[in-house]
Amino acid sequence: MAETNEVLRLEKVSKRYNVGTPVEVEVLHDIDLSVQRGEFVAVIGPSGSGKSTLLNIIGLLDRPTRGKLYVEGHETSRLGDDAITRLRGHSIGFVFQYHYLISAFTALENVMMPLLAERGFPNDTMRARAHTLLDQLGLARWENNLANNMSGGQQQRVAIARALAMNPAIILADEPTGNLDTKSADQVFEMMREVNRRNGTTFLLVTHNLDIAQRCDRVVEVIDGRVREGKVAA
Amino acid sequence: MNKLVPFEWITALRFLKEGRMQTIFIVVAVAIGVAVIVFMSALLASLQANFLKRVLTSQPHIQLIPPDEVARVLRKPQEGEVAVAIVQRPVQRIRSIDQWQKVRSELTRWSEITNVSPSMSGSALGVRGAASRSIVVTGIDPNVYFNVVRIPDYLVAGQVRVLTDDILVGTELAKDLGVNVGEKIIVSSATGASRVLTVSGIFDLGNKSANQRSTFVALRTAQALFGLVGGVTSIDLTVTDPYEAETIAQRVQAVTGVEADSWIKTNAQFFTAVSAQQTSNTLIRVFVGLSVAFGIASVLVVSVIQRSKDIGILRAMGTSKEQILRVLLIQGGLLGFLGSLFGAVIGGGGLFFWHGYMRQADGSELFPLVLEPSLFAVAVLLAAVTGVAAAAVPALRAARLDPVVAIRG
Ligand SMILES: Nc1ncnc2c1ncn2[C@@H]1O[C@H](COP(=O)(O)OP(=O)(O)OP(=O)(O)O)[C@@H](O)[C@H]1O
Ligand SMILES: [Mg+2]
Repeated sequence: MAETNEVLRLEKVSKRYNVGTPVEVEVLHDIDLSVQRGEFVAVIGPSGSGKSTLLNIIGLLDRPTRGKLYVEGHETSRLGDDAITRLRGHSIGFVFQYHYLISAFTALENVMMPLLAERGFPNDTMRARAHTLLDQLGLARWENNLANNMSGGQQQRVAIARALAMNPAIILADEPTGNLDTKSADQVFEMMREVNRRNGTTFLLVTHNLDIAQRCDRVVEVIDGRVREGKVAA
Repeated sequence: MNKLVPFEWITALRFLKEGRMQTIFIVVAVAIGVAVIVFMSALLASLQANFLKRVLTSQPHIQLIPPDEVARVLRKPQEGEVAVAIVQRPVQRIRSIDQWQKVRSELTRWSEITNVSPSMSGSALGVRGAASRSIVVTGIDPNVYFNVVRIPDYLVAGQVRVLTDDILVGTELAKDLGVNVGEKIIVSSATGASRVLTVSGIFDLGNKSANQRSTFVALRTAQALFGLVGGVTSIDLTVTDPYEAETIAQRVQAVTGVEADSWIKTNAQFFTAVSAQQTSNTLIRVFVGLSVAFGIASVLVVSVIQRSKDIGILRAMGTSKEQILRVLLIQGGLLGFLGSLFGAVIGGGGLFFWHGYMRQADGSELFPLVLEPSLFAVAVLLAAVTGVAAAAVPALRAARLDPVVAIRG
């Protein structure tokens, strides 16, 4: 690989569901994609076009039916479950449409969780890091709130902090603002851009909001399971 | 978050705490099951221990007795004849054990035998004025015999003095003959010998017929009464481990050639009853254990479904399948453990309460309670293990959960 700055590479990635059954469908067709470190990529496209499927494959939550996926230079098709889990934990952070904080834990503890799962025992360093992340996202005041006792926008910012906990190279955000009002959505987006600028974290952001898509470095459009690079029509 | 508590435990505890109602209900269910087991087992153990204590202090662990007399057929069948002998069982006379002093000195050397007490007993007539009762007179050496059968523990009047002219009688016999301590009765045996003896003490063995018939005199007195000077009709033994009595009895019999019966053999009925009780107790334990296990399993299955998003998120964040598996197993174990802790307290407390409430007719306690700490420890441990086992199926389900499906909701 010539470019050392490539964090993500897909080669002819296809995904079929219900393989071997009468309802077998191919939802992604021979996708080629390369993303550079520090890029902020918007993923747009109509509903059902395969954006979430693509993100789940990139995020190692799902495996491609064919094709190759490189995450930070690691070819993933031959990795076992444990190695995949480890690579996912280290390289990838997720932010989902429904914030999905774990309601049994406080904001701070939610942010600590990825570190805790990896280390096994809690320690002060984790706590300090979680606190710093929440502080950077303007949430220090709410860090001891249980997840459910916060607004949607606050919860989504906690989810971003959690995605950042392991300092991953890539953050995958599947419609993170889809459930928020315009003002909160804007705040959350700006926060992600800020993290991207400051830490050089790569973002793939699925959005239906063209205004937001325009403010990204690059736009990838998924249509019927194929990707098309392009600028958004203004 | 405590620094000494690992991720899996933290998560399991939080999940249980958050699912408050489910947790409380299943803990109560487990507690009831365990309480029943603890109550029943402790009650049974107390009854058995109490019974055993009575048996083992009121009869010898092993008793050596002379062989039965058998009639021999003297006529030999002639050539070509078949003789059908009709043999009458001979009358059993009072007989002494052959060379009992040798047997005694042999057995005294055995380390597992703690007391060797020769005695002589036979039936006689106890007479006072117009009243007469048939009695069993046992001649003893009080120094050793009282180590085997604890008459002093059962004494209700007088003293346990057994000199040449003393006799200890039971409460019923004393009543029947109308005697008190210090008064005299005439004891005459079938051989025609008779003695005038002074009642030195009155005992209550807790058994009416024993109180009616048993009497104790000095060994020499009994020997004179039954015309067997220097003889004894039985040698009573105690051993260090009463449960080994039967095997020791068999060895004694093999070595000395004298028939030896252990208390285990003579109380066979008791052991049959105990084993029947234990079987039903075991059955109840198994079924209560099963229902506890299924209860825990069903609560966890439901919670895995309810928490599928949490689990999916944890997996997406880099939590491994094994970690998820452990979280669920720990939850199961904790439910079993917590439930059984409460159950042990309820069962033990219930038994105390019941024991304090139930009284014998005279207001004394039914029997002393035996509460072994090990019973509680084992109950709690088993319940925790049951909980872990019950969690296996839901835990596997949780571990296999596809995070994509869980997150898509
Ligand atoms: N597990 C599955 N089994 C079968 N078909 C599936 C499965 N998951 C997704 N699909 C199909 O794959 C296609 C792409 O789905 P995907 O969720 O990736 O779309 P999307 O672009 O994220 O849509 P949206 O914008 O509505 O979120 C859809 O037609 C969907 O029905
Ligand atoms: Mg989608």
